[in-house]
Amino acid sequence: MNTRLKKLNLSTLSFGVLLLMMLLGASCSKEKDKTKVYDSPEAIPVSREMIAELTSPPNVPKPTGRRKAKKLIVNMEILEKEGEMTDGVKYVYWTFGGSVPGSFIRTKIGDEVEFHLKNHPDNKLPHNIDLHAVTGPGGGATSSFISPGHEAQFSFKVLNPGLYVYHCATAPVGMHIANGMYGLILVEPEEGLPEVDREYYVMQGDFYTKGENGDRGLQPFDMKKAVDEDADYVVFNGKVGSLTGDNAITANVGETVRLYVGNGGPNLVSSFHVIGEIFDAVRVEGGDLINENVQTTLVPAGGAAIVEFKVDVPGTFILVDHSIFRAFNKGALGMLKVQGDDNKKIYSGKQEEGIYQPEGGGIQEMPAEEGVATTEETAKTFEEKMEYGKATYMQTCFACHQAEGQGIANAFPPLAKSDYLNADLNRAIDIILHGKTGEITVNGEKYNSVMTKQDLTDEEISNVLTYVYNSWGNSKKEITPSMVASRRNVH
Amino acid sequence: MNSLLKTVTISIIFSILITSVLAQTQGMVTVKGGVYIPLYGVDSTAVKINSFLMDVHPVSNTDFSIFIQKYPEWKRNTVKRLFADKNYLMLWETDNTLGDQLHPNAPITNVSWFAAKKYCECLGKRLPTVDEWEYAAMADEHITDARKKETYNQYILEWYEAPKSFNNTIGSTFKNYWGIYDLHGLVWEWTMDFNSVLISGESRKDVDKDSNLFCGSAAVGASDLMNYAAFMRYAFRGSVKANYAIRNLGFRCVKDIDIVP
Repeated sequence: MNTRLKKLNLSTLSFGVLLLMMLLGASCSKEKDKTKVYDSPEAIPVSREMIAELTSPPNVPKPTGRRKAKKLIVNMEILEKEGEMTDGVKYVYWTFGGSVPGSFIRTKIGDEVEFHLKNHPDNKLPHNIDLHAVTGPGGGATSSFISPGHEAQFSFKVLNPGLYVYHCATAPVGMHIANGMYGLILVEPEEGLPEVDREYYVMQGDFYTKGENGDRGLQPFDMKKAVDEDADYVVFNGKVGSLTGDNAITANVGETVRLYVGNGGPNLVSSFHVIGEIFDAVRVEGGDLINENVQTTLVPAGGAAIVEFKVDVPGTFILVDHSIFRAFNKGALGMLKVQGDDNKKIYSGKQEEGIYQPEGGGIQEMPAEEGVATTEETAKTFEEKMEYGKATYMQTCFACHQAEGQGIANAFPPLAKSDYLNADLNRAIDIILHGKTGEITVNGEKYNSVMTKQDLTDEEISNVLTYVYNSWGNSKKEITPSMVASRRNVH
Repeated sequence: MNSLLKTVTISIIFSILITSVLAQTQGMVTVKGGVYIPLYGVDSTAVKINSFLMDVHPVSNTDFSIFIQKYPEWKRNTVKRLFADKNYLMLWETDNTLGDQLHPNAPITNVSWFAAKKYCECLGKRLPTVDEWEYAAMADEHITDARKKETYNQYILEWYEAPKSFNNTIGSTFKNYWGIYDLHGLVWEWTMDFNSVLISGESRKDVDKDSNLFCGSAAVGASDLMNYAAFMRYAFRGSVKANYAIRNLGFRCVKDIDIVP
């Protein structure tokens, strides 16, 4: 196994060197010694020092291209800080470099990485780092254990190309990872990865909060739920909505997109899928094996994959963990917005394939009893109604009707400036209470889709409808819980 | 001697003893001794704790200011590097004064183990051992050992995640069964033998029986699985050295109760 790997490395290596030779042959044919083949990555010499460019997600540092192996200095600061999990829900994240996932580190095989790990003085806890790209005990964890206000330094040579996870390994490890202490480190082969038009950094993680999904306020970590693997949030890049709406990643028609996909866990394995795309190439588990024409690739907790695809048609492509309740109910949903001209040959725009109907076709059940009782505080002012309504919208309606109420063409009708919505208030309440199937016409377009009944309280329905009616050019009606309650009884 | 008489005599002597000691030691309360199993132990290594006196509050900024006036060798500009690193009293405005940033009644932090130890010695006290500290700190408001209570552990865990509590005033958290404040929820505290339970920093390696080290994350060796919060205290202690001065680390003193025959 090992020897085969080495052979593979050697062959890629020698290929790279060959390429180098050919290139150099043109410019400086005198220097014949450049064609040196190294017995192992360990023997690759380093020239000069360089400070590593670190990027926060979804950005990726510049490719290493054809640069030689260097002494690469990585300065990474650990920050414990409060952030927002989703609208109205706060969480104290523990971060590498201030973001979840932590800063992306890009190296080249043979690089000697000098790692400086700094634990901010305001932090409460000691931390360390275990990089899966390190060959050595603990992946660096033993050498990098530091208390707040201190800095640890250690060095390693990167010997195996691939995409690797790094994470904190301080007791209790699960809690440190659950709070966001993970990221990716890429080791490029000698010749570099093939050039592409766009590169992005996406990393999944599961979160466990004391309150349920959507409960407002600062939510502490819940150890019991973590042990039971009962996640409240499953998200890309540390929070709900980190890759949607204005934060969506972008590309133009005809470009090739490469996603560095990681999974920090702590518990859940990801079934990574992009709705409406097929991966032309997947570097399976971030290693040398390339699989082609893949729909969904498995990304293990503490593992990664590199996926590449050419975008042929414009539109919004949804990134999901295809364990699908995580996507539409727990947050594991991102967007790739592609701009450019239609290509009717590839995608007609009228058929429904390519769009997944998230809530469609499921078993429809009429409510046998009242919705789940909640202890949630009630909105007292119009502003609060709008605020709470927006939070409910982002949690419940957003996946289909989208951030600006624009819907998705041919699949989910718009709520923005919607004649259908504004025509009948009670009908709108009924649809939320009881669901809707069959053909309707909204703003001149026909939709034949399914919306399931929503398990929301009267209060929540009144807030979310008030929000919808007072946004995006709608008729500015205000809906009260009693109006909703009266419709419940009608049906 | 009949046993009833014996018990009565002992308890009389004991209570006289406690009262007299209490009179001498202001701001301290008695933690009654007992036997408990610390986190890192196994059943056979139950630890016996003798009764001792413990400061009700952590040492405050004001307390420490008085100390350095009396012992100027512990001022920021004069302290030996060997005994305190560069973060020693870092947030003080000058070598002598706190400045506006720090609350006089907040716990002293950014102090090294050497300084903390000296402070206690100069008052005829000492730092608590890890076992003593953990023993006193497993009490919540009502019972002496609340480690099994979910709410108690959750409270501690929440503090670990609450930023910047070091500038809150002493006494601002709850008073526990023994009458002691702030063992949880304010700052970490130095202990005499903080590094006696070793954590290598690679918590998974610590499971290895050969190295005979404390296991931080896995279940092996941890006698109390539910006491997740304590893992972090041991991890923290394992990460520090005696000359470290850390923003969230303070201390308090204890005193032995001398058994006079």
